[in-house]
Amino acid sequence: MEFGRLFELFIAASLINNFVFTRYLGLCIFFGVTKKMDTAIGMSVTFTSVMVISAALNWIIYKFIMIPLGLGFLEIVIFIGVVAGFVQAADTIMKKVSPGLYYKLGIYLALITTNCIILAVPLLNAGEGYNFIQSMVFGLGSGIGFSLAMIIMASIREKLELADVPKSFQGLPISFIITGLIALAFLGFSGLITL
Amino acid sequence: MSNAENKVSYIGLIKNGIFAENPIFRVALSLCPAVAVTSGVKNGFMMGLAVLFVQVMVNVTTSVVRKFIHPKVRIPSYMFIIATWVTVTDLSMAAYVRDVYAQMGLYIKLIVAFAIILSRAELFASKHKVTPSFFDGLGMGIGFLFALVIIGFFRELLGKGSLWGYPIVNTKPLLIMILPTGGFFAVGILMGLFNWIDMKFFGGGGASGGGH
Repeated sequence: MEFGRLFELFIAASLINNFVFTRYLGLCIFFGVTKKMDTAIGMSVTFTSVMVISAALNWIIYKFIMIPLGLGFLEIVIFIGVVAGFVQAADTIMKKVSPGLYYKLGIYLALITTNCIILAVPLLNAGEGYNFIQSMVFGLGSGIGFSLAMIIMASIREKLELADVPKSFQGLPISFIITGLIALAFLGFSGLITL
Repeated sequence: MSNAENKVSYIGLIKNGIFAENPIFRVALSLCPAVAVTSGVKNGFMMGLAVLFVQVMVNVTTSVVRKFIHPKVRIPSYMFIIATWVTVTDLSMAAYVRDVYAQMGLYIKLIVAFAIILSRAELFASKHKVTPSFFDGLGMGIGFLFALVIIGFFRELLGKGSLWGYPIVNTKPLLIMILPTGGFFAVGILMGLFNWIDMKFFGGGGASGGGH
C-alpha cells in the first residue's frame, strides 16, 4: 500500500496536529497526570493502546453497522458506548489475566472512559472517511503525539518543583503558561508536510 | 460550599456556579474548550450557550430518573443521558448556526466528555429534586459561559483588535493571542489573576483544583 501516505498521516497526527498543542484536547488528563514522570509514562502506554484499539473497533462498527442502517447521526452515543464498554472489558480482563500490569495501569484505565481524546479519534476518523489501516495509523499517531506531550510536560514540571513561582501562579496557571510556550515551539512543525 | 442542604436558595446556587465553584477558574474542570473555542467572543458565547443548555437538561433529566437508576449502573446511565442531549445540541447547531458550527463542530460533539457535566449530574442532580437541579445546572452553565466569554474577550481584543467580529482598536494586533499559544497564556494568566483576587480579598488558599 501507499506507505508514504500512511507515514505522512502518522507525522501529521503526532506532530503537526498534536492533540494537546494544536487541537487543545485532553487537557484535563494532560494537566492531571503530568506531575510525576512515572504516572505520565503509565498513562502514555495505556492511552496509546486504548486509542489504537478503539479506533479499530469504532471503525468496524461505523462501517458495518452504522452506515448500512443509516445511524450516522447517533455517532456520539454509539462511540461513547463502545469506548466505555471496551475499557470496562479491558479492565476486567487485565485484572484476571495479568494482575501485575493491572496494578500498574488499572487506575489510568478508569480515567480514560470519559476522555475527550479517546472520543475525538473515532469522531475524526468517521468525519475524514479514513479506511481501516488509516484509522489505526491515525490512532497510533495521535497516541504517540499525546505521549510525547505528556512526557515533555512531566519532565518540565518535575524541575518546576524547585522553581520560585509567585504564589497565585503556582500549580495550574504556570503549567498553562509553560504549555503555551511548548505550543509555540510545536508551531514550527506546521508546514512540515502539506497534506 | 453547599452546607445548607435543606434550605437551598436558588440565587445561591447560581452564584455558586459563577464565583465559588466556577467550572474553569476555580474547579479547573473541562479546560479543553476554554482554550479551544475562545479565539473570539462569539465562538466562546455559542459554546457556553451549548454547554449551558446541555448542563441544564442533563441535570433535569438525571433528577427526574434518579429513583429508577440502580446505583451500580449510574455512571453509564448518566453518560447516555449526556450523549443524548449532546446529540440534540449538535444536530440543532448544525442546522441553525452553520457558520459557528463549521468552526467548532468537533468541540460541540466533545461536550459529551466534559467532566463538569458528569460531575454535576453525579454530585448534585442525583441527590436533589428537579427544581434545585435545574438551578444548579443554570448556575454552572452561566459560570462556564462567563469564563469562556472573558477569555474570548481578551483574546479577540488583543489578537484581532475586534469584539464579536466588529473592529474596536486600530493598532497592530498581537497575532499570538489567537494562535494556540495565546489560548494557553490567556487561561494561565486569568487563572492566576482569579487566585490572586481570591487570596488578596477573600483570604482563600489560592491554587485552584488539581485539574481533571
